[in-house]
Amino acid sequence: MTPAHTDWAAIDAHPTFQELHRRKSRFLWTLMVVSIVYYFLLPIGAAYFTDWFKMQVWGPVNVGLLFALSQFVVAWGIAFIYSRHANRTFDPMADEINRAALRMGGQR
Amino acid sequence: MTSHLAIRSAPALALAMLCSPAHAIFKGGAVPERFGWLAVVVFAAIIALTMYVTYLAAKRVKSTQQFYAAGRSVSGIQNGWAIAGDYLSAASFLGIAGLISLYGYDGFMYSVGWLVAYITVLLVIAEPCRNIGKYTLGDILAFRNNHKTAKTMAAISTITVSIFYLTAQMVGGGVLVKTLIGIDYEVSVMVVGVLMLAYVVFGGMVATTWVQIIKAVLLVIASILLVMFTWAPYGFSLPGFLEAVVGDAKVQAQVAKLLGDAASNMSATELGQRFLEPGLFLKSPVDQISLGMALVLGTAGMPHILMRFFTVPTAQQARISVIWAMAIIGGFYVLTLFIGNGAALNVGAATIAGMDKGGNMAGPLLAQYIGGGPESMLGNLFLAFVAAVAFATIVAVVAGLVLASASAMSHDIWVGVIKGEHATPEEEVRAARICSVIVGALAIVIGILAKGQNVAHLVALAFAVAASSNLPCVLLTLYWKRCNTGGIVLGMLVGAFSAIALVMVSPNMTYPKLEREKAQKVIDAGTAKIATLEVVVAQAADDAAREKAQAAVTKAQAEVKAAQDTYAKYEGQETSLVGLEAPLISLKNPGLYSIPLGFLCVILGSLFWRDRKASEMWEELYVRQNTGLHAEKAAAH
Repeated sequence: MTPAHTDWAAIDAHPTFQELHRRKSRFLWTLMVVSIVYYFLLPIGAAYFTDWFKMQVWGPVNVGLLFALSQFVVAWGIAFIYSRHANRTFDPMADEINRAALRMGGQR
Repeated sequence: MTSHLAIRSAPALALAMLCSPAHAIFKGGAVPERFGWLAVVVFAAIIALTMYVTYLAAKRVKSTQQFYAAGRSVSGIQNGWAIAGDYLSAASFLGIAGLISLYGYDGFMYSVGWLVAYITVLLVIAEPCRNIGKYTLGDILAFRNNHKTAKTMAAISTITVSIFYLTAQMVGGGVLVKTLIGIDYEVSVMVVGVLMLAYVVFGGMVATTWVQIIKAVLLVIASILLVMFTWAPYGFSLPGFLEAVVGDAKVQAQVAKLLGDAASNMSATELGQRFLEPGLFLKSPVDQISLGMALVLGTAGMPHILMRFFTVPTAQQARISVIWAMAIIGGFYVLTLFIGNGAALNVGAATIAGMDKGGNMAGPLLAQYIGGGPESMLGNLFLAFVAAVAFATIVAVVAGLVLASASAMSHDIWVGVIKGEHATPEEEVRAARICSVIVGALAIVIGILAKGQNVAHLVALAFAVAASSNLPCVLLTLYWKRCNTGGIVLGMLVGAFSAIALVMVSPNMTYPKLEREKAQKVIDAGTAKIATLEVVVAQAADDAAREKAQAAVTKAQAEVKAAQDTYAKYEGQETSLVGLEAPLISLKNPGLYSIPLGFLCVILGSLFWRDRKASEMWEELYVRQNTGLHAEKAAAH
């Protein structure tokens, strides 16, 4: 399938690709760790910080309920941040690499 | 083409099975018998709509790309709805609302992990898989590993995970349809099976996608309507609505029942507020974390979810589809908070649990209440609508699972391994259809054989296996240069085997000796209670007191009788399925052990194995997954 003349090693060594790799790895794994840590705070909080979770803040609405609702907001927030960053930074860089690959002789 | 003839008879067959002796089969469900015709009308309308879509799809599905990946012409938004339709099974639609209605806060907390799971899918799985994959999990794993080995492992794992999930869906669905509208278990399993087969065999991924979209739209409409009607009387105020919930006598009684002795010195207000606090259902935080790990890492390893990303034209569209799926799935779970609490407030936990112990009837009964109650026509129309949506849910999820395992059989095993990638597109589409029929028939047979079995833990097991075997392999082959065939084989086998083995020795299994001991305790306590109560009956001052005590005696006798039946059922058995008298581990969810083990085995296997292809292909894989260079294109129109 892959045309033999696409020089993958050369694309891999291209400065833009190295830059994309560096930025993307840092960004993705940071978001991943933040989201996982934030999620596991929920069962941990519900089990070991019950007094705090029971604190009523808005009529019968307590901290635990707000914290559970905040999980949705944080998940959506992470999705939004990632998608904006990918659209603005990663996609243009990938396009640039693809154009460079074309010049280097590979077929798109 | 013969398939067009057959497709016209498939809906007729399904409808005939539904309406055969008029609506006499709708007996003993939540819909009263005299309103059975309403259920027939609503079900027929939804089935007819999906069948029409399948008919249109069948004309288009001629190539492998159409059959497996809907020609890669599904838009990001459409795919987002389809993912939601594929993912929101009856367990989330009815089960989570039910858990909230019975246990309050814990039910809602349980729902969170199902959404957070999509962050993994979005960040590290969806786009790379779209860029390097073709039709199946096997294609991703075979990219830089030994072709036949990787495809075989991926196919085995896909089929294992799908069969676990499928069994839970078929059995759960059969029970659900029976409780809702009273159709016999076997009939409903057959109807689900026949319909799903019609969608998959004739319409492939095109029809499956549209059935999932239709189902997701119906599900969201039904949920929004339920929430509007439930919340409106409280002026759409969150504290106002919850004030009513915690102030309700039925809710307070349910909390008192759950807490038992601990509730004796609590005031009514305290009891009500307790409903919104953690700890009524989920007692073990470690089990919670273990399940959370399986969800957050397992969803991204689910073959039927992965497969959805091959249906969009580009990685950007794959990204958009996860964003939409997250909006729909998350929004749905937030609505569930109101549906569950609304059911606890308006219907009451006792009534809900009376129809189904797991609480699955919470949403449907709330719909019936909103329309005017069990005696009203509107109430039963609403109930029939929710029941039909639940039915569509089961069919749509099952269709996605069958398509995923049939693709693994035909594309990975038959074409990839047996034919050495030498099959014409016509041969492959035919093979895929034959495999769909095999898997579908298997699903029906398993569904009927597993009648009455407790299959609830199979869903969690499917996620645990996916998280312990598929995900470590996919993740490391995509992101770790040294990963190779040795790691894939070891990781797949040990990950899947350890998850399954841990469940076999966990408290999920039935232990006859422990069951007998539990039953004996109930018998002893009940007998003692009857003795005291009989004294009360004898010494009662007036008729009212005597009647009350007599009623308590009758209730206690029934409890003792049930316990004696349980005791008799396990008489003569000493050990569980794997020969244990008691569980070896206390965890119900194996993820905490099996997921790290799966990752470790991929790493160790890769380090101890030499595979030149894997390291030579690394640069190509890494460039391609990041840039989409040479990614599979959409079908030309």
